[in-house]
Amino acid sequence: MGQRRWRCVNDMSDTAHIPMRRAPGGGLITRVLSRFISGRALVIAVPLLWLTVFFVIPFVVVLKISLSDAAIAMPPYTPLFGDNWEFSGDLENYAFLLEDPLYINAYLSSLKIALVSTVFALLIGYPMAYYIARAEEPKRTLLLMLIILPFWTSFLLRVYAWIGFLSLNGVINNTLISLGIISEPIVMLQSDFAVYIGIVYTYLPFMILPLYANLVKMDVSLLEASQDLGAGPVSTFFRITLPLSLPGVVAGSMLVFIPAIGEYVIPALLGGPDTLMIGKVLWTEFFNNRDWPVASAVATVMLVVVVLPIIFLRNAQPKEPS
Amino acid sequence: MRRKGFFLPTAALFGFVFLYAPIMSLIIFSFNENKLVTVWSRFSTKWYGELFNDAQIMGAAWISLQIAFISALVATVLGTLAALVITRFGRFRMRTPLMGMTTAPLVMPEVITGLSLLLLFVGMEAFLGWPAGRGMTTIIIAHSTFCMAYVAVVVQSRLGDMDESLEEAALDLGARPVRVFFDITLPVIAPALISGWLLSFTLSLDDLVIASFVSGPGSSTLPMVIFSKVKLGVSPDINALATIIILVVGVGIAIAFWQLRRGIKR
Repeated sequence: MGQRRWRCVNDMSDTAHIPMRRAPGGGLITRVLSRFISGRALVIAVPLLWLTVFFVIPFVVVLKISLSDAAIAMPPYTPLFGDNWEFSGDLENYAFLLEDPLYINAYLSSLKIALVSTVFALLIGYPMAYYIARAEEPKRTLLLMLIILPFWTSFLLRVYAWIGFLSLNGVINNTLISLGIISEPIVMLQSDFAVYIGIVYTYLPFMILPLYANLVKMDVSLLEASQDLGAGPVSTFFRITLPLSLPGVVAGSMLVFIPAIGEYVIPALLGGPDTLMIGKVLWTEFFNNRDWPVASAVATVMLVVVVLPIIFLRNAQPKEPS
Repeated sequence: MRRKGFFLPTAALFGFVFLYAPIMSLIIFSFNENKLVTVWSRFSTKWYGELFNDAQIMGAAWISLQIAFISALVATVLGTLAALVITRFGRFRMRTPLMGMTTAPLVMPEVITGLSLLLLFVGMEAFLGWPAGRGMTTIIIAHSTFCMAYVAVVVQSRLGDMDESLEEAALDLGARPVRVFFDITLPVIAPALISGWLLSFTLSLDDLVIASFVSGPGSSTLPMVIFSKVKLGVSPDINALATIIILVVGVGIAIAFWQLRRGIKR
């Protein structure tokens, strides 16, 4: 209702005399323009144009460059159209991605690392979210604050904190040695293990917050009914709590899984030389090998194989009132 | 549910220790005199002094703050417009594409966003001569673009919760839409705008990947400088920097929650 009325009134303002009153000093150009461009269209155009230029067109450029060849020049790729506009693009870069097992392995390994990290984040995050949701009021706000605090501090510095923790003379090794549990430091940094820890650690708040939002709304009387009817706490959890919190589980898992796939910083700082992640591969192709066309092809494939399914999945999900 | 189990508090405690142990060790070792970050010798604040004398870090911090401030401003304006158009403008031809374009940046891997924007800027420079080279302007454009998606989400949910009859009443009483927006809608959604701005500011200040792609010589942001230092290993002045950031954010969040609680009580 409101929307329609808003539009009606807006259409009225399209008649020439109102814009004139709005801008008394407006010259002929303003008056002529306002006949053709309504304020409404202008408001729509600003975000639409911005996103078209700086979000959509860039992908067209990526697609274009992925069809050209690398060259020693600036910018370092061959033009797609020759002097007489003859088309010289080919799918060579995509064939290259298929030939070299590095790329396929990197895609698969990214999916695996993201999936395993998501599962661990869920296992750690769920009890925390549940505990906070059931806590009494002043304590609940405090705990929630403790979850949100790391989220607002620097991501990079939180990853960095683990270097000091996991390195050979780091906090964990020093503690274990001084306690006499181990005599030689354990190698933990620069491994897939460190990458898992890094991802779970940095994305844990993203898992906890949607879970908390879901669990705090849950009707406690359902749980009481279940217990009155003789179900134990474990049975109540798996038959009542978990199914009811499924939307929160899905939302939290998506928030961890999606950014984890394309992660660059964590594998670069905590991972070893053989930690394969597609974000790191793209970065290396671009910055170290200066091969812009192959980097573009990697990005295009990533977009089609990874991002588009996620967008479809998100849209297919039933909308939860937030 | 009155019965307090053993498992839940233990698991939650483990989680909080997991979250805070690395941060705590970061803070503790920032006051360590030893150059070896993880070997304690004695209390000292010398790394804070070194941090403030490090012209590279201070310069980068200043660049990052400027970029974050302006990007957050641009993102808030654009994101609010996008949210308003989507929730209040009824049906129009480009509505579905616009909705897609405002949510897609949220799931886009940073490496793709960074690469695609850099290639756009390079192409634009070749064809239009603008932007001439890359630097703060290109980083601001890039950050505004991905931050506006977050602002749009925050503002959209606020507009959804808002009582539309207020706006309708104003329109019925003859106020023009622009007037309605500034007199009715804006004051009501102001808290969402503030949190959107803060979120954008933080995201911009924190971004390493996109900035690395679209920055130019002389416009290294703070995360870029930290990253290049940290890649070589731990360094105590970075611990000092982290401690300052955690302190500032902690105080900020404490104030925000205190205000929120006061607001609820009233």
